This record gives sequence, C-alpha cells and structure tokens, in this order.
Amino acid sequence: MSGNSEPRKYKNPVLNWIEFRLPIISYFEKEYGDYPMPKNCNYFWSFGALATITLVTMIVSGIFLAMNYTPHTEMAFDSVERIMRDVNYGWLLRYIHSNGAAFFFIIVYIHIVRGMYYGSYKYPRELNWILGVFIYLLMMATSFLGYTLPWGQMSYWGATVITNLFSAIPFIGEGLKTWLLGDYTVGNATLNRFFALHYVLPFVIFGIVGLHVAAVHVHGSNNPAGIDIRSKNDTVNFFPYMLIKDTIAVCVFGVLISAVIFFGPNLMAEVDNYIPADPLVTPAHIVPNWYLAPFYAILRAVPDKLGGVALMFGAIAILFVLPWLDTSKVRSCNFRPMYKWFMMLFFVNFFVLGYVGMLPAEGLYLLIARVGLVYYFGFFLIITPFIGWIEKPKTLPASISDVYLGGGKDSPLTASQKEIY
Amino acid sequence: MAENSNNKRRDFLQLSTVTIGAVGTAAFIWPFLKSMNPAEDTIALGTTEVDVSQIEEGQSITVKWRGKPVFIRKRTKDEIDEAKTVNMSDLKDPEEDIDRVKKDEWLVLVGVCTHLGCVPLGQKLTDSKGEYNGWYCPCHGSHYDTSGRIRKGPAPENLAVPPYSFLNDTTIKIG
Repeated sequence: MSGNSEPRKYKNPVLNWIEFRLPIISYFEKEYGDYPMPKNCNYFWSFGALATITLVTMIVSGIFLAMNYTPHTEMAFDSVERIMRDVNYGWLLRYIHSNGAAFFFIIVYIHIVRGMYYGSYKYPRELNWILGVFIYLLMMATSFLGYTLPWGQMSYWGATVITNLFSAIPFIGEGLKTWLLGDYTVGNATLNRFFALHYVLPFVIFGIVGLHVAAVHVHGSNNPAGIDIRSKNDTVNFFPYMLIKDTIAVCVFGVLISAVIFFGPNLMAEVDNYIPADPLVTPAHIVPNWYLAPFYAILRAVPDKLGGVALMFGAIAILFVLPWLDTSKVRSCNFRPMYKWFMMLFFVNFFVLGYVGMLPAEGLYLLIARVGLVYYFGFFLIITPFIGWIEKPKTLPASISDVYLGGGKDSPLTASQKEIY
Repeated sequence: MAENSNNKRRDFLQLSTVTIGAVGTAAFIWPFLKSMNPAEDTIALGTTEVDVSQIEEGQSITVKWRGKPVFIRKRTKDEIDEAKTVNMSDLKDPEEDIDRVKKDEWLVLVGVCTHLGCVPLGQKLTDSKGEYNGWYCPCHGSHYDTSGRIRKGPAPENLAVPPYSFLNDTTIKIG
C-alpha cells in the first residue's frame, strides 16, 4: 500500500505516471531544456537543427509522394507527371521534395564547414564527426537512388554511370554491378530496388542522427572560440535561448526555400530529366546533381577508370580520418592564423570542383579539375598535419566568458592560461 | 588440473557456439543476397534476328539485345583497311581486326562504352565519330576506331563483340 505511491516530480499527474515507468520526460528536460549551450555560439550552430527539420520534411513529403508513385519502367515517368498535373497539390509535394533535397545538402555543407572551421571534429568529438560523415554518405546514396525514380534521361544515365563505377573494381566488379542492378543493364529490377532502398534509407539516417545528437550532448557543443566550457557562466540553457535562436533560423530558411519552391522550382533541375528514359540514346552531356558534382569532377579528372573511382571514393573516405590528420591542439581556426587561410581555400576549391564537375571534362576545365583534385588531397594529407606542427596559434581566451571581456586577442599568456594550455 | 580442463571445455563450447551461430547467420543471409542477382527470366538468353539486307556500305543500324544497344555497321573499304593496318603497339587493348569480325565488311558491337556504360556517338551520319573515325563517347571522351577498339580516353577495353552468327547472307542472329 505505502510502496505504491509514485514520486511527485511534476505537477501534472500524467507526466509523473509516464516518468515513473519510462523516464522520458526528464530525458527531454535534460537534453533539450536545461542542456547548456556555450553562450558565444553564432548562427552556424543552428544548422544542425535546420538539417533535422529538413530531414523530417523530406521523409513526410516522400511518404506522400510514394502514395502516388509507381516504380515500374513503363509507368514511373508518367506517374510522376500525373503527380505534377492531376494529384491535388502533387506539384507542391514534388517541388518540396526535389528542392528540399538540394537545400538539405546546402544546410549539411554549411554544417560541415562549421565543423571543420571551428575544429568541432577534434577530441573529444571524433566519433561525433565519424557519425556525421556516415550521415553525409547515406545522404549521397539516398539522393542518388531518389534521382533515379522519375525515370527521365538523367535518371537513367546517371544510374548507369554510377553503377558502372563498381565494375572498375578488379575481379568482382562486373558481378557486383550485376548484383546491384539485378539485371545486365539498368532495368525494372533496378528501379524497384532503388525505390525500396530510397524509402528505407532516410529512416536509417534518422537513427544515426539520433546517435549524432546523443554523442554531441555528452561533451556539449563546440563554440566559435573552440575552448571547453569551464563554468555555468559560459553557457545559456537550450530552452528558451537556443530554441528561440534556432526558430529565427528556421523562419529565414523557410522564406528562402519557399522562394525557390514557388518561384524557381526547376532552378536546380536538369531539363533532360523531363525526357523519358531511353536506353539507346545517351544525352550529349550527363550532369550529376550539383551537390555531388565535386566528386564527379574528381572521378573525371583521372585518366584511368579504376584510379578515378578509387580517388572519388577516397575523397569521401578521407573525411573519416580528419580528426587524426589534424595535429594541432587548437580547435577554432579563429586562433590559427595560417591554417585558417588554407581552410578557406579548401572551401573555395571544393566549390570550384563542383563547378567544373558540371561542365564537360575537356581543355581548361579538365586542368582546373586536376589542380583542384591535387589541392583536395594535399589539404588533408600534407597541409593539415604539417601546419599543425609549424603554426604558432594565437592566444586562446581563458574562458568563454572571457571572450566578451577582450580575451583571446594578442595579449601574452597569463600564468594561469599557460597552466591550462 | 580440474580447473584447467574445465577452461578448455569452456573454450571449446564458446568457439563451437560462435562458429555454429556464424554459419547459421551466413546461411540465413545467403538467400537474401542471392535474390538480388538477375532472376531466371532475366538470365534466359534473349536472341535477336536482324535483317541487314537494307544496310548500305558506310551505314550503321542500332538494334536492342538484352536491353543493350548493338551496333551493326557495314564498313567501307577504307574503314576496313584502316582497321587492318593499325600497329598493335598503338593499342590500349591489343586485338587484331580479324579476331573481331566474322566477315570483313560487317562489324557487330555492343554499343556500350567500356568506361561507364554510355552509348557512344557515331551511328548517325551527323554524329561525331571521334579522332579515329569510329565512335566517340561524349560522357567522358573515349575514342574508338573503325574496329571498335579503344584508342584514346578513359575506357579500359575495346567495345565488346556479342555472340552472333550469320543465318544467311542477309540475316544476323545475335545471342
């Protein structure tokens, strides 16, 4: 009788009832209410939240599109056109989904740039970075699979070129390609399985996002100064401060994506994909989606089939080991006078690679792609470890609060600071 | 002593349990993986018979065989000479023209670039035929000669020759 009384933590008895059986209320309070965020975080720290919201939007719009889509080579193209013309608000669902994919990549690229510039990948957040690279990899796979579904010319030939990459692998390549396609060419079996996988992978991404968020909450978020939280004075609670800040970011993002969805829904689309797939005619110029173009540029920059494929996958794989390639203990590039510029150049270089990746691989474009390829790998394998050894970082502020008191400028280290670093 | 033999028993039991479990898991996964390979109806070899009596010298046609385009070209005298006089050391994937045709004037090829699977240009009179007067793949710039051999660009191999036979002088059976 007496042992039956349940603890009264909350005023609401229903919450208490749930909390006693599944402590999910206190979990959310801890992780999303009282969670301490460094108070110097700028708007770059809103892109994780933006990415999560976009992922949910993609899943929801995708489920509703799937209700009207037919994954068969004879009917796929027409079913997409039917969604555009006859299904109520089908055009809106599809434009949300297709432009949402592009914006998802924009957000995630900014999120990655944030992580690289401010050194968020370093100790103790390496695993967090690795989970993030997995998410990025799965996003690329998912977007590639999804791009096949409308069964236009770009869908068909994009799928052909990408699956042929696997045939470059010695000995098992040809068999692996056939296994992936379920046929000797991209066909109905391929379209069916691509649809099945395109439907399931976003849920896998969602699961890894859960781990990604849980991992960052263990040691707390990084911040523009790249230094650890030392006291309660360094932080603000997630609720309401960061929630409000993220909400403003979401509003701005909503305006931008709406402008594209309603006024330029095909800005980032390839016109050739409005031509039904034809296995006998290759489009004169196969263009990947812009967000995959930097890797496509790397593929084409190498005059050898296996070499190109190896470097393209290597360009993604190298991201996994970035935490161990960087030899500097200082996280934020704000305090790394040399590395900062190489980092900026890396971002520009990635952008340039993407640009030439969408142009024909010949003449000057090919040369630019090769230079870009050399810098891409040079940055990771040579510049990043080397600069860490020779660079003299600027003085770090003693604490996050100290940032607002003028710390972190070029003042000499105090004794207590020396002790810390 | 007793403890030692007990440990050995433990090790043996652990090892055999893990092994049986691994074998069982692999046996369970196999049908799932295998189901992704081409189905029996897909494998069933398709054959295509083509009437080539209407093709003039210097003309090509494209037919579909097992979902892939097949190029059939009636070569001109110049093209045959060009294909036969090539120095083997100039070739990336050395193969004599004589090994790639059954009759000199008829060239039958799978029209799929060996790089990343695009369909090369060169079938239409207005198409670019590349620097070696055969086919040119616009995707990544591979040039093929009048025997369909790779001469320049990223493709590693010559255009494949499908299995085919002449049923009579004007009919080719592919497959």
